[in-house]
Amino acid sequence: MTEQDHAHFAQHVRHYLYIFYALLFGTLITVGASYIPFGNHAFNIAVALFIACSKAFLVAGYFMHLISERKMIYGLLAFTAFFFLGLVVLTVCSFADFPRMTVTH
Amino acid sequence: MDIPYTVQPREDTGLYNAKVGIWLFLASEVMLFGALFSSYILLRVGTPEGYWPRGWLNVPVGTVNTLVLITSSITTVMAWASCKMNQFGRFKVFHACTLVLAMMFVCIKSYEYHDKFTHYEITLKDGRIADGHIRENDPKADKVVVSGRYVQDRKELYDLEVHKGHHQHEEISIPRSQIEKMERYGPWHNTYLAIYFTLTGLHALHVIGGAVVIGFLWGPGSKLWETDPERFTNRVEVSGLFWHFVDLVWIFLFPVLYLI
Amino acid sequence: MQATTEVLPHAAPHEAHHEDAGFWRTYVFSIDHKVIGIQYGITALCFLLFGFFLMMIMRWQIAHPGDAVPLLGPLLATIFGNIAAKGIVSPDLYNAFGAMHGTIMVFLAIVPLAFAAFGNYVVPLQIGAPDMAFPRINMASYQAYVIGGIIMFVSFFVPGGPAQAGWTSYSPLATSIDTDGQTFWIIGMVFLITSSLLGSVNFIATIIQLRAPGMTWMRLPFFVWAQFVTAFLLLLAFPPLEAAAVMQLMDKVAHTSFFLPTGLAIGGNLAHVSGGGSPLLWQHLFWFLAHPEVYVLILPAMGIVAEIIANNTRKPLWGYRSLVYSALTIGFLSFIVWAHHMYLTGMGVRIATFFQTTTMIISIPSVIVLTCMFISLWGGSIRFNTPMLFVMAFLPMFGIGGLTGLPLGLSYSDIHLHDTYYVIAHFHYIVAPGTIFALFAGVYYWFPKMTGRMMNEFWGRVHFWLSLIFMNLIFQPMFAQGMAGMLRRMADGGVNYSQAKMEGAIGGLSAGMLNLHTYILWAAVGLALAQIPFIINLFWSIKNGQPAASDNPWEATTLEWQTPTPPPHGNFRKPPRVYRGPYEYSVPGHTRDFTPQNEPD
Repeated sequence: MTEQDHAHFAQHVRHYLYIFYALLFGTLITVGASYIPFGNHAFNIAVALFIACSKAFLVAGYFMHLISERKMIYGLLAFTAFFFLGLVVLTVCSFADFPRMTVTH
Repeated sequence: MDIPYTVQPREDTGLYNAKVGIWLFLASEVMLFGALFSSYILLRVGTPEGYWPRGWLNVPVGTVNTLVLITSSITTVMAWASCKMNQFGRFKVFHACTLVLAMMFVCIKSYEYHDKFTHYEITLKDGRIADGHIRENDPKADKVVVSGRYVQDRKELYDLEVHKGHHQHEEISIPRSQIEKMERYGPWHNTYLAIYFTLTGLHALHVIGGAVVIGFLWGPGSKLWETDPERFTNRVEVSGLFWHFVDLVWIFLFPVLYLI
Repeated sequence: MQATTEVLPHAAPHEAHHEDAGFWRTYVFSIDHKVIGIQYGITALCFLLFGFFLMMIMRWQIAHPGDAVPLLGPLLATIFGNIAAKGIVSPDLYNAFGAMHGTIMVFLAIVPLAFAAFGNYVVPLQIGAPDMAFPRINMASYQAYVIGGIIMFVSFFVPGGPAQAGWTSYSPLATSIDTDGQTFWIIGMVFLITSSLLGSVNFIATIIQLRAPGMTWMRLPFFVWAQFVTAFLLLLAFPPLEAAAVMQLMDKVAHTSFFLPTGLAIGGNLAHVSGGGSPLLWQHLFWFLAHPEVYVLILPAMGIVAEIIANNTRKPLWGYRSLVYSALTIGFLSFIVWAHHMYLTGMGVRIATFFQTTTMIISIPSVIVLTCMFISLWGGSIRFNTPMLFVMAFLPMFGIGGLTGLPLGLSYSDIHLHDTYYVIAHFHYIVAPGTIFALFAGVYYWFPKMTGRMMNEFWGRVHFWLSLIFMNLIFQPMFAQGMAGMLRRMADGGVNYSQAKMEGAIGGLSAGMLNLHTYILWAAVGLALAQIPFIINLFWSIKNGQPAASDNPWEATTLEWQTPTPPPHGNFRKPPRVYRGPYEYSVPGHTRDFTPQNEPD
């Protein structure tokens, strides 16, 4: 390996450590936020999921190198995300939409 | 003719074969866990208000497990970076840490499972319900001892956050003749536990599987470093991607099951 | 005539320039995609035949309810005990055979044959690759398939019989039936799903990464595009079923209530389960896979049809780009149409309309594909060999199957037709004289590349005409029966709902409708007999068929025909260079009426 590559990776290692600290922090505030009594429980859920998504973004983006990955991988993941959302949203909508009145003559 | 692009990336895609393969596999895993998460959503939304358990899992223990996995993620990426920087010794150290952390995770999870499997809900013939951890359950004895409490209505067992710290645990002795039904907190007990055990169980199987692969690369598989270090590094990267995915799933599992 | 290709000289199939691999490594534990393809093919054809026999026993019962099965009756009684007492197909046995017929045909026969067998053999050759990207994973996927198949087969012999809740395995029925056969079914499915996932990763990675120099995306044979899209459907749609299968297994074995509702009563007694689950959840997760699955059944067949049409009309396919974009669109849309199988589950109008809309939209690219194939025939110099006969029959048969899907996709008309024989006719038209015809065509077409010999042309035609006639005689009457209200999965063929039994009630089945069962049974027997020439032809021609005129007896342009016969390990000595598109037939100014893809300018 060349000197340049080495320095390049040493910089990457520093970044990994920062991400690690951010993940630790994220974990602690997730737990902390769950104890805060916002009026609406839905808000707790939203906060928890938001922090989880942020942590996921850090792991996927930096540890899994997605932030600098090829278009092909982005494309694959975009389709996966779309179909996953389709599964969840359409199923929830199907459960939510059902006839509530009978037809009476 | 040898299979091309096992090590060198293909020019137009910029990827080597195994990287394409692992991302495809991870996409399928997203759909697998996604289906389980969507089942969780539907089961929870379909449960009447107040009947979905909250506070049944130990948050500090879960937090520790989360930190364990996050640490294993950084050791994994450092192990790969060490390979890239030609530092085989440091690779060995980092992945040894990964394996130890993986074992810690599984141990802690086993402790949590054990905690559930020793937790009983006992319905007595007079309508009261005793709930707690089993202390004595000798089949030959005519009584059962739990450390827990009595409740009048089953509903009080569900939302434990509301009663945080309110209930004392006392030793309750129940004669077997008074027991109508005795059931432990297994996946059959209610749908929350069912989805909990299924989600965390499947996740734990992935942890074990990933640890086996990383263990192989750390051990017998590391011989490849001497003959084809680049190919070996790619294997470390690919197995690392799988490991990070396992961490990602837990990042969502932890708040969903423990916190909200 | 061969184009200049960088290929090894003629090599015997098991000759290798490394040390001799031995019988087991060469034929059983092979990592060569061609061997694996043939393994998949033979295993799948065996399951196809077995599934056919199951159906024939069911059709006997439907036509002669309560009569002992001739010839096989005693055998059934011996194997199955009291559910086949005296050789009569009881309702339980009927349900068991019905569930296993569907499961075996879809997951053990058609998908492995269409996707894994033909795909494994042909795709690496057609893209100019030495093998699949992950040969050992390829072998693992075949082994997982075999294990899954063995588990499914063994499930016939467990006490209580095999799975009996349909190939759809709806809860709560699936978990309340008191047989371990259901558990075997779920575990078998897990192995089959694993096999498919491993295979689809391999196909996609191979097609992306191992295309030969010059083989751009738009120079790929349409067969490769079809397999590419199919692989994506398997990759992303199967995991939710795997998750659901795990949950149903938990319901059965660990007594959870993922799909069991509160207050469930079985046989009048309250079930001892926690409740709180949702039977609809199973249906959503199942159909999320099972709808893309039907496109998995048809896309490889369309690919085979495209190859054979181009070759036997001696002209390029009409609308190559339209075909590619249509295949991609079908793949994409297939993920968001699934609940058209669930119109009668009490869905509200809004969500039903959504699914109806996407279902109607997906028919458009399907029609585009069929139209392109039809137009490809126009002005062609058509050679009516056996593969071409099957392929030309595919076109109208698939047309009938597809068009009869429209009243099912429209939620209003589906109210009348749901779960009737009309549905059976619709999907069998697509899979039987549709996909299976394309697969037969593929066997006759690629046989010379695998063996160096041609299958017998006369018996091929006999096989074709008899199969075509009998397939239509079996399934055409079912449209009428379905419209008359005959429901699916009735062990007595509908006798209990006949006009004779239901004096004065409206909607009883007429004697005419019921009598059709007898004709259908005879047609099924005819179809079975019609396969005998095929089976004999297949095996006889391996050693005794007419030797192929060359390595490229059909004078085709695609790369699999530019190798020696059969192709050796590694297929090509160094990567072939591709200079042109896949269907350069009858190019003006060229000396021959076909120009292979790897022929330089």
